[in-house]
This record gives sequence, structure tokens and C-alpha cells, in this order.
Amino acid sequence: MSINLDALWPQITVAIGACACLGFGVAGPRGAAAVPWLAGVALVAAATVELVGLPGASPNGMVGMSAFVNPLVCGMGLLLVMLTSQARTTGGSKIDDPYVMPTETVPLMLLSLVGVMLCASAQDLVWLFLALELTSLPTYVIVATSRRQRVAQEAGVKYFFLGALAAAVFLYGFAMLYGATGATAFTEIRQVIASQIALGEVSPFVSCGLALSILGICFKIAAVPMHAYVADVYQGAAAPVTAMLAFVPKTAGFAALFAIVALTGAEPPAAIQCMVWIIAVTTMTVGNVLGLVQKDVKRVLAYSSIAHSGYMLVGLIAASSSPAASQPIHNGMAAVLFYLVGYGLATTVCFGVLGALRNSNDDEVTSYEGIAGLVSTQPRLAALMLVGTLSLLGFPLTVGFLGKIYLFGAAMSASHRWLVAIAVLNSAIAAVYYLRIAAACYFGEQPTGQERRAVTCAPATLAMTLAGLASVALFLFAEPLANAAHRAAPPESLRQPVATHEAEVRGEESSADAGH
Amino acid sequence: MGGLSIALLPSTRPGSVRSFALINAVLTFAVSLMAAWECHQASPGTTASFLLSSHVPWISAFGLRFDFGIDAIAMWLILLTTFLMPLVILGAADSIKQRHKEFFLWILVLEAAMLGTFVARDLIFFYICFEFTLIPLYFLIGIFGSTQRLKAARVFFLYTFTGSMLTFVGVLYVACRHAMLHTEGWTFNIGALTAALANHPMSLVEQRWILLALLAGFAVKVPLFPVHTWLPLAHTEAPTAGSVVLAGVLLKLGTYGLLRFALPMCPAALVEAAPIIGTAAVVGILYTALICWVQKDLKKLIAYSSVSHLGFCVLGMLALNPEGLGGSMLYMINHGLSTGALFLCVGMIYDRFHTRRISEMQGLARTMPVWAFFMVFFSFASVGLPGLNGFVGEFLTLLGAFKATDVLGYRYAIPAAAGMIFAAIYMLTMVGRVVFGPIKIPAGTTASDLSRREVTSLVPLAIACLWFGLFPNTILETVEQPLEALAEPARALLAASNASSDSALAAAETTAPTFMGTAD
Repeated sequence: MSINLDALWPQITVAIGACACLGFGVAGPRGAAAVPWLAGVALVAAATVELVGLPGASPNGMVGMSAFVNPLVCGMGLLLVMLTSQARTTGGSKIDDPYVMPTETVPLMLLSLVGVMLCASAQDLVWLFLALELTSLPTYVIVATSRRQRVAQEAGVKYFFLGALAAAVFLYGFAMLYGATGATAFTEIRQVIASQIALGEVSPFVSCGLALSILGICFKIAAVPMHAYVADVYQGAAAPVTAMLAFVPKTAGFAALFAIVALTGAEPPAAIQCMVWIIAVTTMTVGNVLGLVQKDVKRVLAYSSIAHSGYMLVGLIAASSSPAASQPIHNGMAAVLFYLVGYGLATTVCFGVLGALRNSNDDEVTSYEGIAGLVSTQPRLAALMLVGTLSLLGFPLTVGFLGKIYLFGAAMSASHRWLVAIAVLNSAIAAVYYLRIAAACYFGEQPTGQERRAVTCAPATLAMTLAGLASVALFLFAEPLANAAHRAAPPESLRQPVATHEAEVRGEESSADAGH
Repeated sequence: MGGLSIALLPSTRPGSVRSFALINAVLTFAVSLMAAWECHQASPGTTASFLLSSHVPWISAFGLRFDFGIDAIAMWLILLTTFLMPLVILGAADSIKQRHKEFFLWILVLEAAMLGTFVARDLIFFYICFEFTLIPLYFLIGIFGSTQRLKAARVFFLYTFTGSMLTFVGVLYVACRHAMLHTEGWTFNIGALTAALANHPMSLVEQRWILLALLAGFAVKVPLFPVHTWLPLAHTEAPTAGSVVLAGVLLKLGTYGLLRFALPMCPAALVEAAPIIGTAAVVGILYTALICWVQKDLKKLIAYSSVSHLGFCVLGMLALNPEGLGGSMLYMINHGLSTGALFLCVGMIYDRFHTRRISEMQGLARTMPVWAFFMVFFSFASVGLPGLNGFVGEFLTLLGAFKATDVLGYRYAIPAAAGMIFAAIYMLTMVGRVVFGPIKIPAGTTASDLSRREVTSLVPLAIACLWFGLFPNTILETVEQPLEALAEPARALLAASNASSDSALAAAETTAPTFMGTAD
């Protein structure tokens, strides 16, 4: 196995940033104040390194994947770090303020981001496992310490135990893959599986291993049947942390899923395809239907997060079963990457708004009644909430709409008509609760006797506004993003052993494009 | 033009918002008149091609572009929209007591979205505008509506959103099939898609599904009989301006969509389904006419009459002959004018009495003669008194249905004609009760006659009603060719089936390259 360390500079940069943040965090109040800035610098530096590129660095893992995921993760990470400043500035020096996060939150967040970036560049089962765990372990701590309330600790414990269970499941799957093929490096596994397919005797452990790996990773992306933790954990964590939970593990999970599905070279076994199909359909349906009956907006958004995983799995199915994907819109993998951007921005906006509201007990305001009539007291937050929910709904004039076109277009061209129809009906169900949130903000009236104030701090407001504006701007100027997503996921990357030569040609072409 | 009003929007200020919005709307109308004139100059009256077209690249990777272009059909609907808008702002805006800025903002956004729908030459762009009309109206109803506004707004949104999501699947399928059969890549350009479909029609099974998907979105919008239930609620709860725009223009998006997409894309399925859709239309005409008869709420009565009238519109379209199609087109415009005006009249009453119950008012002609004049005038226009605009459209659609023996025939035309009589009955009963007889108004209110502003908003509508009643050819001549072009595939099918005893449908099924087959 050969690792190109040069290509890991973005990850290394962020990791160094995380260590520096940890150091500054314990160096008195002035040092602690510098932590977010330091984190910002590290993220910007990492993104710059990735975008400018290093001489002689050829990417690890899938062609082009990390070139897309790294800047995305850095950018989103920046927004998320800005959001957390919301929590730390409240209450000032009050020691019993429930919303003072420890200074370790930011460095832990950075470590988690490093994990995601490593996932995107993984080229070995062990590497992938470690990357996934690096993504998750810091989040357990962040959730538990995000606010000084029982619910947060409860959420942390639940998240940790179920996460450990899931990790055991996909580790078992990885072990089976290793047992069946005798290799941990992706390229070798691919070759062994390809030769097994050619001989017509695929080891049953391959299918088993794939199934278990996918099931375990379902925990990361919050898909059925590993979705049970989502609502409680999202509700328990402080809102800025929830925004992170919705985006970071999901990105890592999908990067890992692509790597796993690509192991089979050509098309995954029919049983696996069928399993993913069922997971996708149940995930979106369960997410949307349970989202309808929730009374707490954070829980609603948690179930919506489940539903969105279902939509994105549609892209995965399209990617693994599409015929020669000659055109960008046929590219299911790129569609998922594109969708992740839109989803990340929209959730950042929604949770950012929720995190900015406090009631008289200095507690988060997350009920429908609580946000009622937001437009009359905080018109800007209400407008942001509207943009966020519309983008999640996939309504025109937001990037969410294009994401849906891309996903469903890809699935349609892979002739998954019924899947598209089900997904579309699910979007219609989802409209009910997204609309309820928007309606509460705009048509409702603030219940008398309930205090509600907005905790505004410049970085968090800026982050929300940026994310909201980007959601709309990316609708109008989506071309570069769509192209980048397509370059990041050349369709051949899923079937490298079959069409190695073509993949190389395509890779050269896309790098030439990038050069221009 | 859509772009123009969007560009003007951000400068909306709380101070003199109304006048600003009014000027904006008038300017848009002027621009659209200029555009119409230019069209007229470019090709005197008759052409099927698109004029003033231009496009802005958007996402070339998906084959998406902002394509603009107008033909005579779109032109008239654009004129209707831009003509109604200033009058709406003038006539109905006084009833808005708070949050003025938002109100005018949403009204103008709504106008921009509607214009966008009519000028779009790209399916996705069309769809975007079609969907986006929901948001402004959702807010108009939700914020400014009356007591049950939340429910009305929600029902309205969910009904139409669900329908149009299914339409979205159909649209994707059509584009996807095109991309599979042709090498030049994905495109959503309406012209390219329909042209390709004319050469390689879809198989009957595909057409059925596509028609179903299109109907899901458009029939809800029209609204056709079984899926009309959102409309009375939305109309009653909406503020007057919302109702006028909803009845005047938004419902036409449904018929326009059917005309523009269902006719050329799935002709065989449409011909096959004509009896079903025709029955739904006729049932809708009669059923809602009967509801109107016993209606106690003035606004609801007009809302149900809308459903009834749009039934004629769909019926005419299904006739697939020049009379029916032309009549249907004329009906769209006329219904927009007369029903819009009626909603304005009712809104003026509501502003004064704060009630819509017919039983609470009587004999208003004595104290409000000017209002009574307009009310009677527009009611006549609506029921189709010869000489006014409603008559020509109604007559032509019925004539079309009669003559279309191969699709509809007298079995549909006669009950529909009965619907016309019902319409006369319920309208005149209502007018008789409200306008004439001994005077009776709700306690604590004063029946002051129309102000100059209100009269100004109604007079242009009355003139237009009279003009199109006397000179319907203004519209009919220009739209004849584009309509023919749209109905051409369906006509050809019918002609083929008439010529040979073989069913044209079966022929279509066997000859069409089946994408379903190749994909599976």
C-alpha cells in the first residue's frame, strides 16, 4: 500500500490547527478567545492548500473525491465554527449558564472534520475504519458537553453506545471482506472480487461483508434501521452542534459508502442493490412520516435529516446501476455530492436560527409555539428560516431544488422510475412539516406570557446569512458546483477494474479541465 | 419582462409602497403592450413560431437554460396578467390594513412568477415559475386572509404542490427519454422536446403515464372536478387581490399547461382519455353549478362558478377542433376578466359590510347604483349574455364539443349547455337578491357607493369585456395558428383513425420506438 502523504496536507493542516487550538484553549481566557480564529485560519489554509494544489501530489482514494470533499468540509466547518460562537457568548461569565461550551469543542470539531476528509481519501479498509471513528469519537464528546443539561449528557451516552454498536457492525463487515479477499487495500480487494466474478464463484462473505458494512455506515448517515438515535441526540445537543451532527457524519458516511460500493467494481450483487433500495425507501418514508407527528422543531429537522439520507441513497442506487454515464446528469454520485452541499447549507441555516432563540429560562426555543410569529420580532431570522426550509423542501429558487433535479434525474436515467415516484411523493409529505415551520414563523402569533429573545452575535449571524445567501445564489449560479461535483465523481471510478484505461483518460481530462 | 419586475422589487419601500407597486405594474403592462405590438409587427397576426426569444445559459451540464419566448397564446395571457395587476392593486389594496410592504412585495413577486410561466421556453424554467407562484399566494392567503386563512393556505399549497411534484416526474421522464433517444444530450427546451416527440412519439403506455403526471399538476390547478376542493376554500379566505389573481390568471396556468404540454406530448393518450376528462369536466360544470345555486356565501358562489366555467374551457380544449380550441383560449381570457371583476365587486362589498352572506344584504341598487351597475354588467358577462365577452367563448366551446363527433360529440355538449342555463339561473338569482328588492344591509354599516378609485379599477375591465364581446376576432385570429400547431399531433391521430378502420392508437403503440422496452 502506498500512501501519497503530499496529498494529505489539507488533513494535516487541520489536524495541526486542532492541536494548536487545544493548546490555546488551556492558556487562559485570552488564549481561549483566540481558538475560533485559529480554527478558522487552519480551515482556510487547508482549503487553500487543496484548491491551489501541491506539486506532485496525486490524490489518494477515489479519483477527484477528496478534491471536492476537502474544500466543502473546510467551508462548512468554517460556518459551523462560526455558529458555535453563538453558544459561548451567551450569559457571559455566569458559571451556571447552560450554554457555555467548553473550549475543547472547536478543536474536537476540527478533528472530526479531519476524519471526514480522511474518509474521502481512504484507500484501505483499516484507513476507512479509523477515519470513520475519527469522525465520530469527537462528536460524542461534543454532544455530551454542548450544554450543561441532563438532556445533552443523555444524548451523548445514547449516541456513544449506539455509535459503538454501529462501528462494531461495519467493522465486522470489513473483517468479512478481508477474510473473503485476503486484502485490506481497496485496489487489491477490487481485483480479487473482479476475478471472483469472472470465475463465477463470488465468496458469500463478500456479499455478507458488503451488507454489514453498508448497514453499519447507515448509522453515520442516519438511515433506517440505524436511525433510532437521531431525534433524541439532535434534540439533546445544543443547536449549533446539531447542525454539525446533521452534516459532518453524513458526509463521511456517504464518502465511505461510495468507497464500499466501488469495491465490487462493476455492479454490486443484486441482493445488495435490493437492500439499498429498501433502505432508501424506508428511510425517506419513515423520516417524513415520523417528521409529521413531531412537536419539537429540532426533532422535526432530525427526522427530515433521516429523510434526506433516503433521497441521497437514491443517488447511490443510481450511481451503482446507471448504464454508461456519459452525461453529467446521469451521474448519481455527483448528484449526492451536489445534494450534500445544498443540504449542509440549509441545515446550517435552520439550526442556526433555532440556536439563536432563547426563552426566559435561557433555554433553547424549539417548539412550534415558541417560534410562532417570529417575523414580527425577528424578521431576519424568520426570512432565513424560510429560505432554509424551502431549500430542504427542494423548492425552486433554492439550491435544494437543483439537488432534487440532479438526484432524480440521475435515478430516472438509470430507469428507477418507481423510486423517483416514491421519492417525489415523499417530498410532498415533507412539504407538510416544512410548511408548518414556515407558517409558524410567518402566520402564527407569539403566545402571550412567553418571553423570547434572540441571542445575536456577529459570527453566527454572518454564518447563517452566508449559508442562506449561498442557498439562493447556488440556484442561480450552479454551473461551477455541478461541474465540480461531476469532476469529483467520474462515473468510471465505481468500476475501475473493468475500465481502467478509460478511467485514466477521464482522469487526465478532468485534471486538464481543472488546470484551465 | 419577468426579470424587469423582479429587478424593480428590491427598491420597494414602506412609505409610498402602493403607488410604487402601481407604477411598477402599469409599467409592466406598458412593456407587455410594447412586446405585443412588436410581435404583431414582426408577423402580422398569424404565426406559430416564437418571437422575442432569447436565452441565458444556466447549467449547461444539465441542459438547463433560461429560455424565453412568446407566441400569440402566451402573449394574450401575459396581457391579461399585466392588465389585471394594476387594477388589482388599485381596486383591492385598500382592504389591507397592515404589513403593506409585504403585501405589495408578494403581489409583484406573484406577477413576476406568472409572467415567467408564460414566457418560459424551457420545461424546468416553466416548472420553476409554476411552482413559485405558490409561495406568494401562500403568503397572501396566510397573512392577509380571513378567519380560516391558515387552513386555506395550507390546503392550497399542499394540494397543488403534491400535484406538481408528480408533474415534475413526468417532465423528467420526457426529458430523460429524449436524452436516451438522441445523442445531443439533455435538453428541457420545450420546442426541441415536442419536435422530437412529433417524430418519435411515445408508446401509448408511456403517454398514459405522462398524461397522468401532467394532469396531476395541471388538473389540480384548473381545477377539474374531483380535485377542485381546495379552490372554494382558498378563494373565500384569500384577500380580494388574491382571489382576483387566483381566478384571473393562476387557474389559467393549469389550462395553459394542458394546452402547451399535454396536447403535443401525449396526443394518443389524450384522445383515449378524452371521454374520461370530458366527463369530469361536464360533471364539474353541472355539479358546481348546482352548488352555486344553493350557495349562501357570495364569494364562494363566484369561486364555484369559476370551477364550472373552467370546465367549459377544458371541454373546448378536448374538442381538438379550431372552434373548441379557439373558444377555450377565448374563455381563458374572458373568464379572467369577468370573474376577476366579480371578485373585485364582491371585495368592495366585503370592505363595507364585513360579511359575505347573501341573506344579509338586499336591494343594494338603491344606495349603491354604480356598484350595482358593475355587478350586473359583470354577472351578465360571466353568464354569457350575447354582446359581452362570455358569450363567444361559451358558444364556441360548446360548438366545438358538438362538432367534435370523433372525440366528444353531443353527449357532452348537451349537458354542458344545461350547465350554461344553470349558470344563468344562479347568477341572476344572486344578483336579483343582492342588487334588487327592498333594501337591507347589515347593522352598523353604511352603504356608501364606489369611490373614484374603485370605479377607475372597474371601468377598464368593463371596456375590455365589451370589446372582446363585440370583436372576439382580435384574439381568435392571432391564436388560430399556434393552437392548430399544438393540436396537430392529436388531429393527425384522429384523422388516421377515421381514415382506416384500424385504431390509430394501436398503430401508435406498434410503431413508436418504445423507450420503456429499451430501458428495461
